[in-house]
Amino acid sequence: MKKTIKRYKFAIALVAINLIILAIYPSIGIKSFSITWSNTLEMLSVVPPIFVLLGLLDVWVQRETMIKLMGEKSGFIGILLAFLMGSVAAGPLYASFPIAAVLLKKGSRFSNVIIFVGAWTTTKIPLLLFETSAMGLKFMITRFLIDIPVVILIAVITDKLLNANDKKQVYDNAIAMEP
Amino acid sequence: MLFTIIIYIIAAGLLFLSFLKDKRKTKLALKKAWKAFENILPIFIVVLIIIGITLALLNTETISRLLGQQSGWFGMVVAAFIGSVTLIPGFVTFPLASALLHNGAGFMQIAVFISTSMMVGIVTLPLEVKYFSKKAAVIRNSLAIIFSFVVAIILGMVIK
Repeated sequence: MKKTIKRYKFAIALVAINLIILAIYPSIGIKSFSITWSNTLEMLSVVPPIFVLLGLLDVWVQRETMIKLMGEKSGFIGILLAFLMGSVAAGPLYASFPIAAVLLKKGSRFSNVIIFVGAWTTTKIPLLLFETSAMGLKFMITRFLIDIPVVILIAVITDKLLNANDKKQVYDNAIAMEP
Repeated sequence: MLFTIIIYIIAAGLLFLSFLKDKRKTKLALKKAWKAFENILPIFIVVLIIIGITLALLNTETISRLLGQQSGWFGMVVAAFIGSVTLIPGFVTFPLASALLHNGAGFMQIAVFISTSMMVGIVTLPLEVKYFSKKAAVIRNSLAIIFSFVVAIILGMVIK
């Protein structure tokens, strides 16, 4: 119980802050609670299948397979898979992190995991329809084509800027995050 | 949303297949799924409340005023800041961007806003740090901010 409270202390503090806002500025307080509530509902509607998929991925895909498909020597196939996995996903940036952690844990190459996160945020197929209807086809296609090299560049540069020790820490982190 | 439904169907289908093949492994997978979720729940809640408070303070009019066509580089920086700190779901980002454009916001400013709101997550940084380490998370987000400007400038040249 004590441990649970300790883990949730910041969450509890923020609820308290929001309650104080509600008491002093009721309209802002109500608005912020209702935004939080609708975001929570959205999160709860998007997140369950993602965690189920990562559980299944963790149990069924063997480390050796993952290393072969997305590991250090996976080359083009690894990059392609990272793009495909990221692009077909649904959900905001933060929903990609748990899956990224499993990919790391199973031995994916670091840059491929960053490509996966990048694709998840920028080349996501579900969002392209929304983008087209709001911004026009030309905008969508132009942005999509620019973002493919950008996603790869961000991954390559991040990869280069981290030394072996930093990367080891990333992999250790990923392993520690998973049960 | 259609794609959320598709993800549900895929997850349910695979779960069913997994169950047919091995009940014990399936149970383990669900256990891992729950543990992974519960692991991250405290930060999730923190992030959700911060977003709520931020968006309650920043309304569409304020955003529009700051991002006008004449706001230039300053407007682009403001756009990058707003895009980075607000965590708006993608299917809200685009209609919002289009609404802002029609209300006098500049094209490049909106392009920066779209890119940063997709790629950069300042409020979710604590989460990202927990998964990837501080250095990796900071580098990825910094690069994402820089490239958002590059993408916006190219978009501006191609479309205008």
